[in-house]
Amino acid sequence: MSATKKTFTLMRSNQRERRHLLRGAFAAAGAAVLTGCDKLSHNEGFVETLKSAQRLNQAAADIVAPRSAMAQEFTQADVAPVFRSNGTLNPGDADYVALRDSGFAAYKLKIGGLVEAPAEFTLEQIRAMPARTQITRHDCVEGWSCIGKWKGVQLGPLLDQVKPKPEAKFVLFRCYDSMDGPSLDGKDSRYYETIGLDEAHHAQTLLAYELNDKALPVSNGAPLRCRVERQLGYKQAKYIRSIELVASFDAIRGGKGGYWEDEGYEWYGGI
Amino acid sequence: MDTSESERLPVAEAMPIARRIYRHRLPVRLMHWINVVCLVVMLGSGLNIFNAHPTLYWGNDSVTGTPWLSMRGENTAAGPVGKTRLGSTDFTTTGVLGMSKVEGQATSRGFPSWATIPGTQWLAAARNWHLFFAWLFVINGVCYVAYTVFSRHLVRDLIPTRDELKNIGRSILDHVKFKHRTGDAAKRYDVLQSLAYLVVIFGLLPLVVVCGLALSPRLNTVFTGWVDLLGGRQSARSLHFLAAAGLVLFVIVHVAQVFIAGVWNEMRSIITGWYRIPEDHPKQEVRP
Repeated sequence: MSATKKTFTLMRSNQRERRHLLRGAFAAAGAAVLTGCDKLSHNEGFVETLKSAQRLNQAAADIVAPRSAMAQEFTQADVAPVFRSNGTLNPGDADYVALRDSGFAAYKLKIGGLVEAPAEFTLEQIRAMPARTQITRHDCVEGWSCIGKWKGVQLGPLLDQVKPKPEAKFVLFRCYDSMDGPSLDGKDSRYYETIGLDEAHHAQTLLAYELNDKALPVSNGAPLRCRVERQLGYKQAKYIRSIELVASFDAIRGGKGGYWEDEGYEWYGGI
Repeated sequence: MDTSESERLPVAEAMPIARRIYRHRLPVRLMHWINVVCLVVMLGSGLNIFNAHPTLYWGNDSVTGTPWLSMRGENTAAGPVGKTRLGSTDFTTTGVLGMSKVEGQATSRGFPSWATIPGTQWLAAARNWHLFFAWLFVINGVCYVAYTVFSRHLVRDLIPTRDELKNIGRSILDHVKFKHRTGDAAKRYDVLQSLAYLVVIFGLLPLVVVCGLALSPRLNTVFTGWVDLLGGRQSARSLHFLAAAGLVLFVIVHVAQVFIAGVWNEMRSIITGWYRIPEDHPKQEVRP
């Protein structure tokens, strides 16, 4: 009888020991997993593998949501009282400050690059073109959303005026705002973005000059900002300086197609 | 019953400890472990993404919506503190939520470094992890559901019988007493266990996926207004978080149960498939 009891207690203490061991092993494994993930996040090959899912995301999106599908539009009652601003709120760049202080009277939007008929447009000319007004939800990559009413000119018809060449694939927006000061390697840190020509021709893609029935405020990108309603906030370039049609963005700054893209964010901002 | 079998029977009874069943087939084991990896990565990277804007709302818009959970760091005379607001109540959560140390440095961040992938606050990298493993997670989940249906694992093992459902009271009582099933009863999943699995497989997992898809501006256009069925985009973000929290709760209980039921036996069965049926009664008839 006592022998059985002894065996039993022995087994119990054995089990307890094993349980402790296992718990320790779990904790160690957990820590190892997290350290491993941190190391992998800096491994270029691994990051490229992770980023390969982007192409899958875009292909899947094209299948389930047609390229012409419209972003949801809301009603006046849904509009937030103050539209949230993010990123640059007031560019300090000298050329921008000069324009801002004169009420953007001297502003001219240059559209060039791979086009047959490069042109310049004053704000007055742009405001005189047929306009579109839309109440849409702006979704930031950080996670917040804000509903606003935008008025502007559709980008597609505007681009048609300058006659894109067949080799043009992307629309490049060069902006006024420097993100982290001029850099020494000649690559300035001015914000820039690129979108595909198909996205540029979407009915809701605008160069907006009004927000909530008022002239676009400086904090939201005056005098012109892009609206690409089916992508995240960082694709909606503010403070647009010029537009260029390009065949590739490999040679532009970090080569990833946008300021935040160069910092590791996806070029396709639809997810 | 023929004589040869009745002769063998007492031998089997004398050595109940040797009774083993092949409990988990290879596809289930494989998909279970793929799921473990996916859930760990999805949770860690998800919390890093949450930290980029550590507030959750009900509604479509974060300006007009109603915040219900929020984390923040504050500098006070006594040093930096972490605060978490749930509804309209503030909790001090210094060191874990709102403010925690990153490499010894007090930092304002939602969830702490040890819970996020990557450990540093790095939204772009976290999104890369999250959106890659999301594919693995969903493909694995779809394969699992297809397997459970076509192999009849779903009907045979997961869906409780009418009798089992009638006896749910006893199962609850057994759980409260931490009493685990033995003998033939242990061959089948317990009714509460089955229900928990079904809620996870057909409730929480689809919910977490659908709410995740609702966060994509492009997928919002699949048909106009579908995200409003979830209460709007910010509500979808909240539900995505809550469904994930439900999954974490499930995993905690699941792992606790494994420890209570016998960690070696359970681990063996989910790695090799073989499960030892716990004896009906403790061994008493030890002969001198």
